Amino acid sequence: MSQPPLHEPGLIEVFGAVLRRELTLAFRHRGELINPLMFFVIVITLFPLGIGPELNTLQRISPGIIWVAALLATLLSLDTVFRSDFEDGALEQMVLSPQPLPLIIIAKLAAHWMLTGLPLILLAPLLGYMLAMPVEALPPLMATLALGTPVLTLVGAIGVALTVGLNRGSALLSLLVLPLYIPLLIFAASAVDTAASGMSITGHLLILGALLVFTLTLAPVAIAAALRISTS
Amino acid sequence: MWKFIHKFASPKYFYNISGKILPPLGWITVALFAVGLVGALFLSPPDYQQGESVRIIYIHVPAAMLSMSCYVAMAVSAAIGLIWRIKLADIVAWAIAPIGMTMTIIALITGSLWGKPMWGTYWVWDARLTSELILLFLYLGFIALQTAIEDTRTAARASAILALVGLVNIPIIKYSVNWWNTLHQPATISKMGKPSIDASMLWPLLVMIAAYMCYFAWLTLKRARCEVIYRERNSSWVKKMVGEAS
Amino acid sequence: MLEVHGLTCERGERLLFENLSFSVRSGELLRIAGVNGSGKTTLLRLLCGLALPDEGEIHWEGKKVRTTSEQWRRTTSYIGHNLGVKLELTPLENLQFARAISGASSTEPLEALLDKVGLYGFEYDPCRTLSQGQRRRVALARLMFTRTPLWILDEPFVALDVAGIAFVADLLARQTDAGGMVILTTHQDTPLENKIIKELHLDSGNS
Repeated sequence: MSQPPLHEPGLIEVFGAVLRRELTLAFRHRGELINPLMFFVIVITLFPLGIGPELNTLQRISPGIIWVAALLATLLSLDTVFRSDFEDGALEQMVLSPQPLPLIIIAKLAAHWMLTGLPLILLAPLLGYMLAMPVEALPPLMATLALGTPVLTLVGAIGVALTVGLNRGSALLSLLVLPLYIPLLIFAASAVDTAASGMSITGHLLILGALLVFTLTLAPVAIAAALRISTS
Repeated sequence: MWKFIHKFASPKYFYNISGKILPPLGWITVALFAVGLVGALFLSPPDYQQGESVRIIYIHVPAAMLSMSCYVAMAVSAAIGLIWRIKLADIVAWAIAPIGMTMTIIALITGSLWGKPMWGTYWVWDARLTSELILLFLYLGFIALQTAIEDTRTAARASAILALVGLVNIPIIKYSVNWWNTLHQPATISKMGKPSIDASMLWPLLVMIAAYMCYFAWLTLKRARCEVIYRERNSSWVKKMVGEAS
Repeated sequence: MLEVHGLTCERGERLLFENLSFSVRSGELLRIAGVNGSGKTTLLRLLCGLALPDEGEIHWEGKKVRTTSEQWRRTTSYIGHNLGVKLELTPLENLQFARAISGASSTEPLEALLDKVGLYGFEYDPCRTLSQGQRRRVALARLMFTRTPLWILDEPFVALDVAGIAFVADLLARQTDAGGMVILTTHQDTPLENKIIKELHLDSGNS
């Protein structure tokens, strides 16, 4: 065999290759991209119908509603993030890759976030406005979502990685992951609340930022360990 | 040192040594409960504000304390099993989980019973009760994941990851719930547990805490011992032992 | 040289194999035989580091290795039952991704590589439209850009036609001729062209 020179892809190259693959795969299933977003919109629509259209009440609970809906929509969309790779053996190849598994995972989840978290952030102001949120609270709402949705994706992925080998993992997934979402929900919803009453939310955003950094450091390692267990 | 740990962690050694520890530990537990309950229910005075209902504290506080420390013990044990691949540590984590869950449930029930005369309702979104409820979810998740995975070793490893993630999260959850609580609750609602406590109430409480801890240790050992022999049922030492007994 | 000492594996209640020892030298091909359920696939998964053995050690070049280490992942290539070929992607896209996560690989153009595995003209079709045998060729093409000394292959001949089988046999022969090693499972008698072929029977106890 002739021996062409060997080339070891750098970390950025690996990240790019995984990201490109994930985006390509997602666009070949374009129809499914909209589902988590529709879920987000419909859940939020249900609340005024269940509670009544009174604007004061809606305004009071809107940050909580939007955040709970975002949290559920993310969890719903995450459910399949490792499934197809698990079923066709691609996950085994990733686990056996000499490249760092956490890096591959971060790239995968980055792609997932771009397709679900990002549209959620863009859609949220509209829904916030419909729930009678004051206009000056809408940019803070987007800010909390921008800092918070990556955390939702990363923490949720730990649960997905642990349950990917199970047949009926979805119900279990909510039990595993939702309690871990509580701190984020508390800080983010209260930040929007505070912003709606016209106060500064710098402190809140710093806490959310800290949560993001913390999760971004630890979650990929936990997900990698969980995936190694699930593929064994 | 390693040799010692591995010797202690060997199922056979554990089975024998736990068999020796269990009976005396059981009697100590009974004695502590007897002393503690008499002290708590008869000897200690009723509270001048809360009356007789203060006696729930003697059940509630040790359970609440243990509910949290059980989770730590469970997560640490599971982590040891995950990292050093010691089967006994997996079994201990498995054994602790339902005990910790039960302690959490006891803490929740007694907490709400105590809350009825204090707050006029069984459930208030008090910071401690809420944290306790979230802790219950964490236990349920751990147990559910463990039962969902068929292979015991994979189940132990996967749930160990979950327990560690939970362990890292518990301080954050506690902090956020406390913060949420001070934000939304008027300050007039008194918190459970008092800053100062009279000696006549303190000693029964301490005895009860000791009793709970001994009971926890006894139950953990007992459960782990049963599970060890079940999981090792195909090994030569168990077969030999059963053969000798029959 | 790969040496396996005292490998034991239980799955649930069942003891799949116990105290299994064998070795593979440079230039050798090891064929693992055994009936269904004898633990062939499990053995391969233990060797490549996907699963962990209950007992036993694996030595490489005289040193004990952790099969979960990065160094081991640079030493082995594994193609399992599930090929890891994405059906929505084209063969070219599949290989681009596979090469990016494969560590050190040759820079040979992938089109030329696909040509060699007999997928000329299919480079840009989604793998969904390819036959089982063609999908397997896409997976096997991964072996051609890495330079790993140890290949671990689970049933590499399944679903291949005569030309495909000959191609794979040739690929395996080149690997062992170049001083590499191959460990594989296979049911049917396949025309292996390797100079040294060892066999390991799992169902008859130890080899």
